[in-house]
Amino acid sequence: MSVTNTPEKTEAMVLSVSTSPHIKTAVTIPNIMWNVNLALAPAAIFAVIWFGLPALLNLVAGIVAAVASEYIAAKIMKKKVTIADGSAFITGLLLAMCLPPDLPFYMTAFGAVLAIVVAKLSMGGLGYNIFNPAHIGRAALMVSWPALMTKWTEMTTAADVVTSATPLGINKLQGYDALIQTFGSKGELYQALLLGTRNGSIGETSTILLVLGGVYLIIRGIIKWQVPVFMIGTVGILTWAFGGSGGLFSGDPIFHMMSGGLIIGAFFMATDMVTIPITTKGQIIFAVGCGAITTLIRLVGGYPEGVCYSILLMNALTPLIDRVTKPKIYGMGGTSHV
Amino acid sequence: MLKTFRGGVHPHAFKSLTAELPTEIMPPPKRVVLPVSQHIGAPGIPVVKVGDMVKKGQVIARSDVHLTSWVHASISGRVADIAEYPSSYKDKSLAIVIENDGEDEWQPGLLCHRDYESLTVPQIHEIISSAGLVGLGGANFPTHFKLMYGPDKHIDTLLINGSECEPYLNADYRVMLEETERVVLGTKIAMKSLNVRRCIVGIEDNKPKAIEAMKKAFSGTEVQIVPVPTKYPQGAERMLIKVLTGREIPEGKRHSDIGVVGLNVGSVAALADAVEHGVPLIERVITVSGDAIAQPKNLRVRIGTSVQDLIDYCGGYSRTPEKIVNGGPMMGYALSNLNIPVVKGVAGILVLSKAAVAHGEGAPCVRCGRCVDACPIGLVPSMLSILSERGRHEEARTEYGLLNCIECGSCAYICPARRPIVQNIRYSKTMNAGHGHH
Repeated sequence: MSVTNTPEKTEAMVLSVSTSPHIKTAVTIPNIMWNVNLALAPAAIFAVIWFGLPALLNLVAGIVAAVASEYIAAKIMKKKVTIADGSAFITGLLLAMCLPPDLPFYMTAFGAVLAIVVAKLSMGGLGYNIFNPAHIGRAALMVSWPALMTKWTEMTTAADVVTSATPLGINKLQGYDALIQTFGSKGELYQALLLGTRNGSIGETSTILLVLGGVYLIIRGIIKWQVPVFMIGTVGILTWAFGGSGGLFSGDPIFHMMSGGLIIGAFFMATDMVTIPITTKGQIIFAVGCGAITTLIRLVGGYPEGVCYSILLMNALTPLIDRVTKPKIYGMGGTSHV
Repeated sequence: MLKTFRGGVHPHAFKSLTAELPTEIMPPPKRVVLPVSQHIGAPGIPVVKVGDMVKKGQVIARSDVHLTSWVHASISGRVADIAEYPSSYKDKSLAIVIENDGEDEWQPGLLCHRDYESLTVPQIHEIISSAGLVGLGGANFPTHFKLMYGPDKHIDTLLINGSECEPYLNADYRVMLEETERVVLGTKIAMKSLNVRRCIVGIEDNKPKAIEAMKKAFSGTEVQIVPVPTKYPQGAERMLIKVLTGREIPEGKRHSDIGVVGLNVGSVAALADAVEHGVPLIERVITVSGDAIAQPKNLRVRIGTSVQDLIDYCGGYSRTPEKIVNGGPMMGYALSNLNIPVVKGVAGILVLSKAAVAHGEGAPCVRCGRCVDACPIGLVPSMLSILSERGRHEEARTEYGLLNCIECGSCAYICPARRPIVQNIRYSKTMNAGHGHH
């Protein structure tokens, strides 16, 4: 070969020759994860104001335990430490937000360790986990300490009723009329659900702040609007149809849509990209499934609330949904030509 | 609302670096290296010997096969070598090296004046078969082959591609602005050659001046100028056909099977020169751009000019280059050797600093689905990439449509985990060699 390489210029220069594309979007995984944390912040801050010190203690315990266990596990397994990507932070934060405010903080920490070590790292780490880690942590605590996990803060409602039950709990055990009496009127109930001035898990109460964070994620393109809309919509329609005592379509969908963990679940957990279907079509199926299972548990199951289990059950179906919702490939049985 | 195609991405365009710079004519270099294979099809066979004196435009390699493209001397001078040289089209190709005699003298008989309207279709076909025309948008497909489909193909539509969707590149844009009349003429010749009456020119809507210039130039003809949304990979043949005609190329078929022929704006301008003036393809417009080149330029360069010559002509580097890309940043490839020639299908040379190019180690997939939403073909790139890493190449082909991938790079561009998706897909394709239709 008679090639003579240009001497001076190329010698001084080391050119990188990786394959195309040579440019990439600025959006990275840490960027996505920290945006999710940011979106959760308003509801978490409200929780500290509303429930006070116990909520703060649990939020800190969840986050610290999740991040620390990921760090230690990475060190033990001699793997790259990935705590800076923000995903362990989300797991700890979300888990704490789904727990009762007065839960002893070490239980929250225990749940966070389980979420990270069992549900995430034992599966292979971020990207490989099948189930939402925060929900696995919550489910584990639920079966381990069922009494403590359903013991709620004692508080006085706008109608001066002292209660230590969640709105869904009152509805389940005492009926819808008792629920309205507890809050004084439908309007008072709706207001408490919208603002978050009601009983429940640490971060699930304020519908308005959770929706605010969710809308931020939708605008940033981090989650798709279809998931929360279809999940909450399904619960709304089914509880309206079957949730009332006066026959079909006598239920109160507004109450059901804003209660329990539905808002936080629909915007922040049913949208956990790792554990949900990859196509928009698949995500809609997933969301409708979550909504249907949630309603089933609330209306006929033993628990007052079913968001956590509905998402975990649908997580298990994700690979199957992915298989049947592959996009249509260009040129495969498409348009014809004369 | 403009019609669009599924998926796609919106990378930062960086067009303004050179968009308003008129094309400069780069003086012929001291030496050109002309590979005999710069196109899809049979390589040309050299018809000159070392030591021969050749004139500009003279045929130096040819073949009697129909799917080929002749090679012409792009400068006048002495044939200095005929040997294997590195090439940007193939790793290596037999190439003819010409040393410039400084005369820049045309081969006698060229530079004629002909009116295409007085030529018969067979006469046009004869002229274009020997003019060395290939797709200048990067496809490298011999142009005459596309313009000589028989009636069995039922070609009814000619598409002219002025979308130029790759960031940084402005070669087609400058051709549309500066050589509007040649584009019009070449389009008319192509329509006559194909015997079609329907012709659509697609131009991305980020080029309003080009749209306006082309509308004006084509006024009074049946040719439609259609603005298409600025979205990568709009210029990919499949996407443009879909947007402009609504048709899809079925799996394993070609454009001609659905009655469509697509040509790049630069290709039709070159076609006009060949038919009306007898000038073969010996030069082209190219964008030299990027953040590490001292003076970004649009240049009219002789085919066979080395990348090093281009960089020197643009004032060298303004900062340390990390990557020098042959073509656009989405589909071009990084050069390790700057002593390779610019071949016919090269629309740009990009000199990029470390800050301008993507780096990243490739974390595990988090299934965010951005690649699925970005894939213009409707594939699941995340899955293809994972299957490739696990060695499940056959499953990728049979279950996930591997061979339909056009390697546009939208998936890898958008991936927040910085996964080498395209690289993995290419690897799976090679592992499926023998099953392919591309």
